[in-house]
Order: sequence, then C-alpha cells, then structure tokens
Amino acid sequence: MTILKGHQSWLFRDKPALLSSGTVVGPFEGRGPLGRDFDIVHDDSLVGQDSWEKAERTYLEEAAKIALQKAGMTQDQISFYIGGDLMNQITSSSYAARTLAMPYIGMFGACSTSMESLAIASYLISTGGAKHVLAGTCSHNSTAEKQFRYPTEYGSQKPPYAQYTVTGAGAVLVASEGDGPRVAAATIGRVVDMGITDPFNMGAAMAPAAVDTIVSHFRDLGVGPDHYDLIVTGGLGEGRARACQRPVRQASHPDAQDAFSRLRHDDLRLRQADGAGRRQRLAAAPPS
Amino acid sequence: MANNKIKKLTPVQQEYRQLALKRQPARPVALNCLRAFVVGGLICTLGQGIQEAFMRFADMTQKEAAAPTVAVLIAISVVLTAAGVYDKLGQWAGAGTAVPVTGFANAMSSAAIEHRSEGLVLGTGANMFKLAGSVIVFGTVAAFIIGLLRFIFGYGG
Repeated sequence: MTILKGHQSWLFRDKPALLSSGTVVGPFEGRGPLGRDFDIVHDDSLVGQDSWEKAERTYLEEAAKIALQKAGMTQDQISFYIGGDLMNQITSSSYAARTLAMPYIGMFGACSTSMESLAIASYLISTGGAKHVLAGTCSHNSTAEKQFRYPTEYGSQKPPYAQYTVTGAGAVLVASEGDGPRVAAATIGRVVDMGITDPFNMGAAMAPAAVDTIVSHFRDLGVGPDHYDLIVTGGLGEGRARACQRPVRQASHPDAQDAFSRLRHDDLRLRQADGAGRRQRLAAAPPS
Repeated sequence: MANNKIKKLTPVQQEYRQLALKRQPARPVALNCLRAFVVGGLICTLGQGIQEAFMRFADMTQKEAAAPTVAVLIAISVVLTAAGVYDKLGQWAGAGTAVPVTGFANAMSSAAIEHRSEGLVLGTGANMFKLAGSVIVFGTVAAFIIGLLRFIFGYGG
C-alpha cells in the first residue's frame, strides 16, 4: 500500500526492502573517502572498452550483476529494471537494459536519477505492481565532460570550484519482502531554477531544489530534521546547501515559509556525501 | 549579452546568484595572469627559436620560415594533446596555452580525438571544428569587414 501524504510525498505502508546493492567505480572515486565501500574499483576508467560510452555501460552492467549475485537471484526473477544516466537518450542505461534483458523503464532526472529510480521502484513494489525491481544508475566523467563541457583533452582552465562527475554505477535490488534497509517514504521534488548557468558550478544550481525537496518532505510527513540521524545529499559541493536557504525561503510557497521558520539554521544537519556513495535514509529526489 | 541575461532574472534569482557568487571560491586572477604570461612567453620564445633555426640551418628568409615554424608548433601541440599532457598543462597555464597557435591546435585535435569513437566521417570529420569553428567563422567575418573598410576608404590601393 502506498498513500499520498501531504502534497508530494508517498508513504509506503509495507516498506519495500533493499535486498542488495552493487557499486562499481573508476580509479578517481576509488581513491576517495568512500573507496573501501565500493564492490569494484577499476584502475582503468575505460575498462578495456573502445569508447567512454561503452565503458559507462559496462560499469552499470557490472553493478547490476553484483546486486543480483549478492541476493542470489537471476535476471528472470526481476520484474522490472528502472534506471537512467546523463547521456542523450539515456544511452548507457538502455544498452545495459539490452544486456540485462529485463523489462525496462527508462528514467531521467539528471543527478536525481538514482533517487528517482529508487522512489519509483519502491512505489511499484508497495502497490503490488512488482515483486523484485532493480533500480540502477550510472555516469562517466569523460562522457559527461564530452556532452556538457569540453573534450576531455581540451586544455581549458577549470575554475577552482569546478565539480567532477562521477565515473561509476550503482544498482540496488528492491523487493516486497526480505532483509535489508527499508524505504519508508519518498518525496518527489520540483525543478527550482535559480538562474545559475555555469556548467562547472552544478552544486549552486542544484542546492535550491535540494533544500526545497527536503523542506517539502518535512512538511508532508510532519517531521523535522531531528527525525533523522543523517540527511545526505549528493554532490552539492561544500557548504552550498546552507548558502541557499534564505533565497529559497522567499521563493517557496507559503507553507515552506512556516517550515523554514521552524527549521533553524543549525538544525539542518545536511551532510555532504560523494555523488557516487549516496546512502539516503530519506529517499528525497531533488531535481537538478 | 551576459548583462542582458542577468537582467531577465527575477529579483530572487538575482539575489541567489549574488549569494552563490559570493560563496564560491574566487579564481586566483593575479596568479593566473602570471602563469599565462610565463607559459605564453615561453611558447613564443620556443617559436622564435624554431624560426631562427629554420633561418640559420635551412637557409630561409624570415617570411619563408614563418609557415614551417607554425607547423612545428602545431605538431608539438597535437602530440602533447594526444599524449594527454596538454589539458593538464592548460589547467595550470590557462590563457598561456590557450591563446598561442598551440591552443588552436589543441582545440581541433582534442575534438577530433574525442569524437573518433563516433566514426571517421560523422565523428572526427563533423566535430573537429566544434570548438575551433567559431574562431574561423568570426575571424573570416572580421577579415571581411576590415577588407570592406579598406576597399571603401581605399587604403593601400
């Protein structure tokens, strides 16, 4: 059972379980603070493929395979595969879906694709629309640079605040029953455009939507930041989330103003995590 | 144009933009200028050295030596781009490696390499001028306008 709670949140009565997960990353991510937590760290970001796009697809295929192996399941036991990536026509995910040979629902929400997929997967499970759903997403630094910025070998000077798109993939197996963390609720966020157009400063562009989604989540569920041990967002960059509170409060709908007045500056324990390793208690999907 | 874009934003957007700009680490402009000056200067000195060498050892005049000098600089730039060195150099040197002819060669070759995976004709061929194309377009337009002015005012007959 799923019920609509508040304006834009789903409350899952029979909380879907996350049976297993698979994470595969490139060399740069492997050297990061979460390096030891990934299932596979590749030394070669091309993973023996002849294009960045094929490499990205390979990462996702491996992540999906690991998630299935850990749960001891096979492809034909999975009802749907839900996922997406950053490429045009979500190329990498669609080709990975060809390999996985599961019924496929393609998603696109830019950086929010991972949580968007997880939210829809949980929804399908809790309404009885599926027994096992694989939710996955992938990105590759070089394909993202190529599509959104400059060729990888182009010698332009990046500003000191430039962010780095993750090379890696993650997949999680969502099921109606079993052991594992449970998804209790999901809040679908709005697109909040604050006029940031710098392709190197994605954090500043996404932060207002992230805050809007988190505030909406609190409002819909009638809880505050204290309700959670940890609030994790992906890839906003240092201190950005705190930086955007005031203008967002002014831009948001009247309800959000109340939420903000309850939400003192220090209360919002918004911790930053690396884009690849987002572990979220709160299944919020900020659009970006 | 950038100013027009900013004016179109709502007051809230403008305020957020200001806030975001204030929070983001500033570019080290003075340091960037110094690096650009040193590296750009070194590249030009190298070019001068190559030209001198052509004049001394290949018995060329200064004018004759200009074209092969540029060709050698371009070749060096393309080799460094293919070896994956030029982008790292560019991150350090900024305009120092972007402005000289080596920067133009890097813009062409990096796009050519990047799109090779999409095929020789539709990949490399079609995308090679992706970054450098605008230089050629506006260079040609500027040359046309200057040529027109020269024709109208009759300078240099």
